[in-house]
Amino acid sequence: MATSVEFPIDKSLGTKLVYEMMRIRRFEEKAAEMYTKTFIRGFLHLYIGEEAVAVGVMSALTPEDNVLCTYREHGQALVRGIEAGKIMAEMYGKQEGCCKGRGGSMHLFDVSRRFYGGNAIVAGHLPLALGFALADKKMKRNGITVCFFGEGAMAEGEFHEAMNLAALWKIPLLFVCENNLYAMGTAIRYSHAVTELEKKGASYGIPSRAVDGMDIRAVLQATTEAVETIRREGGPYFLVCNTYRFRAHSMFDAELYRDKSEVEEWKKRDPIVMFSDYLVNNNLATHEELASLEKKVEEEVNESVRYAEAGTWEPVEQLEEFVYQT
Amino acid sequence: MNITYREAIKQAIREALRSDEKVFLLGEDVGRYGGAFAVSKGLLQEFGPERIMDTPLSEAGFVGAGIGAAIAGMRPIVEVMTVNFSLLALDQIANNAATLLHMSGGQINVPVVIRMSCGIGRQLAAQHSHSWEPIYAGIPGLKVLSAGTHEDARGMLLTALKDPNPVIIFEYTSMLNLERELPDNAGAVDITRAAVRRQGTDLTIVTYGTGVYKALDAANELAATGLEAEVIDLRVLRPLDEATILESVKKTHRVLLVEDAWRSVGIAAEVSARITEKAFYELEAPVQRLCGVEVPIPYPKHLEDASVPQKEQIIEMAKSICAPVLN
Repeated sequence: MATSVEFPIDKSLGTKLVYEMMRIRRFEEKAAEMYTKTFIRGFLHLYIGEEAVAVGVMSALTPEDNVLCTYREHGQALVRGIEAGKIMAEMYGKQEGCCKGRGGSMHLFDVSRRFYGGNAIVAGHLPLALGFALADKKMKRNGITVCFFGEGAMAEGEFHEAMNLAALWKIPLLFVCENNLYAMGTAIRYSHAVTELEKKGASYGIPSRAVDGMDIRAVLQATTEAVETIRREGGPYFLVCNTYRFRAHSMFDAELYRDKSEVEEWKKRDPIVMFSDYLVNNNLATHEELASLEKKVEEEVNESVRYAEAGTWEPVEQLEEFVYQT
Repeated sequence: MNITYREAIKQAIREALRSDEKVFLLGEDVGRYGGAFAVSKGLLQEFGPERIMDTPLSEAGFVGAGIGAAIAGMRPIVEVMTVNFSLLALDQIANNAATLLHMSGGQINVPVVIRMSCGIGRQLAAQHSHSWEPIYAGIPGLKVLSAGTHEDARGMLLTALKDPNPVIIFEYTSMLNLERELPDNAGAVDITRAAVRRQGTDLTIVTYGTGVYKALDAANELAATGLEAEVIDLRVLRPLDEATILESVKKTHRVLLVEDAWRSVGIAAEVSARITEKAFYELEAPVQRLCGVEVPIPYPKHLEDASVPQKEQIIEMAKSICAPVLN
């Protein structure tokens, strides 16, 4: 996957991108810590290793665009601008969370930012994304809809229905596959007969391409081109970001299905390290500036924990709220 | 004037499309074919393909799209050709439509209307004759309606489209050709209450869907034998209108529950439990159920008929419950 990336990155953009990736990394490391301390319960799916995908794709969007994600969505939620404290509080189950604590780690929503989950049935949100894009087309709005999913979702029928309908209806929808090579513990070679996933988009007549998901410049460039194509032609686009998750599937996962050496090999292509090196080598950042960003991120993450810990429990008397809109 | 049940539904869809440009109809064969049961025949010509959208056979895909479009500001009427195929979209309805308001802490409501043709009566055998109302009625977050009369076949849709929640409307295949009088000005109806379709003093028959006209016919025949049955049409299967049921029980003290769905874990089981919990000491006889026989629906007409409650059985069981009164 040799890429010739020409995407122009100036100091300001470079700083923003690396900061966003660092913030996701540190936020999730802290979340894992709080999980082991049992402040966070349920499922916690970490994005560590895949940060270049969320930051690269999301940086090419506008506030008018709709975003739908999977249950591994802390990264996208942070980039979209949901406050770290509200996300942490949500994971703590506190009513100060972005969904009043009702959703938890897997269900982050913020309608004011057109951020529609946090969806935890694999591929179940792809049909929803169709509806958002269809409504934008019918109402002649400018927004596009971006739908993230893993390669595991591509084995579901809902993926294939959604691809066909998006192409048939010619709606402005960007499908982003975050191919991290494992559907929980099932390697891609055991779940897909054709592992060049972008070929599946082509079979529906949807412009498709694969990109190195560890290289944020490549992701940003590919997404920018994809979004331009969608806005120009009106129809869908399928982008496969080949990436890797450094951590376990969830906190319950003993990782029996892959060799540690494979993980170590991928860590050599850590998206944050690679992009930091790029910035330094091209005089877009100094080591001191990067260290200072890390310090800023550390403070923000610690503040998010303080916010979550200061949060309160919703009174149990309100248990039956949010079932019907009155 | 007399119109068919089919025409009542069609009039509602047409009125909804005329009165709100955000409304569109989405489903399999709703356009060029005219609807699998000819309900939407002619609407494509009248409203065009943007508003009468034929979909491929992708139940999860287009039901999910309807849910998404509803969140994004449109007012889709999603037609699932029959309730049998709705199981392919159950993920979208149960995991998305019913949960999003809650998971988002009240941020996202889902004003989608999903219509599905339901029930038995056309010799379509075991995969095309389901009565799946109990599945949907068990899901918090959904409003579940059953159109057991022509008035409701027309009126429920209009009210459902104004509701901020996901609404499932069950329509009945076996009633499509049935003619009844419906005033020209019959419009939107309440979708929160059960309806007392006939007043009576000796027995309460609680039913819904295809049971409503059967129970009314049975009640008229029972009247000739001196038994006055009250007939309650549940209409709203979720959330249940307990008050109307309990009020009637307090008046008649005897209850017969009638439904096409299988007996185990059905709507009748739920109604029976609530009566037992809240009006047990009002009862002068055990609550009785007349439900679908627990068998996949068979193809031959005589066996199909025997699979669900018929008027004669309603009469017989009502007499048996009321035996002390008659004696």
